[in-house]
Amino acid sequence: MQLTNRSKVVVKRELTFIEKLYLPAILQGLSITIKHLFRKSATVRYPEVKREIAPVYRGMHVLKRDEKGRENCTACGLCAVACPAEAITMEAAERKKGEEHLYREEKYAAKYEINMLRCIYCGLCEEACPKDAIYLTDRIVPSAYTRGNFVYGKDVLVEGVNPQERVDIGKRKKMYEMTGESTK
Amino acid sequence: MDYTLLLDKAILVVIIFLVSLGIAAYATYGERKVAAFLQDRIGPDRAGPFGLLQPIADGVKMFLKEEIIPNASDKFLFIIGPCIFMMTALMTSAVIPWGKSFNFGGHEFSLQVADLNVGILYIFAVVSIGGYGIMIGGWASNNKFALLGALRASSQMISYELSMGMSIIALLLFNNSLNLRDIVDAQQHGQWNVFYQPLGFLIFLICAFAECNRAPFDLPESESELIGGYHTEFSSMKLGLFLFAEYINMFISSAIIASLYFGGYHFPGIDSLDLPQNIAAIVSVAVLFAKIIFFILFFMWVRWTLPRFRYDQLMRLGWMILIPLSIINVLITGAWMTFVK
Repeated sequence: MQLTNRSKVVVKRELTFIEKLYLPAILQGLSITIKHLFRKSATVRYPEVKREIAPVYRGMHVLKRDEKGRENCTACGLCAVACPAEAITMEAAERKKGEEHLYREEKYAAKYEINMLRCIYCGLCEEACPKDAIYLTDRIVPSAYTRGNFVYGKDVLVEGVNPQERVDIGKRKKMYEMTGESTK
Repeated sequence: MDYTLLLDKAILVVIIFLVSLGIAAYATYGERKVAAFLQDRIGPDRAGPFGLLQPIADGVKMFLKEEIIPNASDKFLFIIGPCIFMMTALMTSAVIPWGKSFNFGGHEFSLQVADLNVGILYIFAVVSIGGYGIMIGGWASNNKFALLGALRASSQMISYELSMGMSIIALLLFNNSLNLRDIVDAQQHGQWNVFYQPLGFLIFLICAFAECNRAPFDLPESESELIGGYHTEFSSMKLGLFLFAEYINMFISSAIIASLYFGGYHFPGIDSLDLPQNIAAIVSVAVLFAKIIFFILFFMWVRWTLPRFRYDQLMRLGWMILIPLSIINVLITGAWMTFVK
């Protein structure tokens, strides 16, 4: 089936004398390249200008807090089980008295680590999470010098308490609403 | 008297040396910019405004890189190779007339280091030695890729020097002189040699590309197949010399093309303005540099248009097309000079 009319039939034949001179073809090529000189460049000057990121983009994870600033995660381990790359490890701990403002439920993750080099950014952890705790955001994982620096702990993953430190996951949530994929 | 001559020449040599290096440095920048623009990109723009400090950053980087000399290499030849290449690249500039002479209070200051009566022969001689730089560098590396690159370079230079010389012979027949200044001055009123020797110009241009190892004749380097060819094993400033000399070669050959075929520092109509001598000299230098820069840009434009020749295509073009064409060109010019003029 012919999809476009851009394809050219290739015929293997002897070149004519004019073609053997290469010059017409060279001039044609030069005229093509000079046309590109006046085209708008496709470059995005990255650190200053950022391209809009697609709503379905899956980047660096965030561990969410609820509206009162308490961590959502209860260290149930479903994300770690769901993770096909086995990138997530955690240690659970029991909430003590006086820590109610820190953790939403009686159990919380004392340690929560994602190895960003193992992670394949499939998003299964956020689908598995029953507590609305982990989300993939449109933030880009920065580069680092050693492998160890790519194991992100709670200090990097958990979002801040202050409203301006919160990480927006509206795009992700909307995506789930639209596709109806989520079980949340 | 003799001392003033020496001083004049010394000053001129230093100026030409610095200008050649400066132009070569900014040609690397220009190359990257042209490549970027032709490919719908922006190119280097981080170092300084529009990336204008990029050549300096590159130079500093080259100097600070670790110097690696392979154990199995011939150390003396390994060092002398890039030196020869660089030296010959710079030496060719000696016979090019860069402009009309200045006059400082009765003292003539000629803008030509050496007014040789066999200027073109001198250029050919020096350019041929330049081939040794690549050959020695590639051989001394004791690396198969470098050796292949060096072999390609030498065979390519030999093949294309022939037709280059032939195209020049036609030009010499036409101008009756081997002196570069005479050839340039004969084109004073816009009767540029390119109009009388279009075929010769075309052959010379193609051969100049080949002599400079520029695309589409960059087989000796060919990053994609020979990992850099003759300079595979070179590092730090020795690599820098090789890369730099290529741009100086490009600058010089642009100057030679402009002088031989495009009237050098003359531009039709400027002589009729009756400018004072010193201003006329400055204008003539500016005219020559405008032509040179045009040709450097043309070199780059071609590089980012054409793919590399295959080795057999290169040889076929050199021996079976260019040499017969240049011989025919010599015959036609000879017949014209004998019977018509």
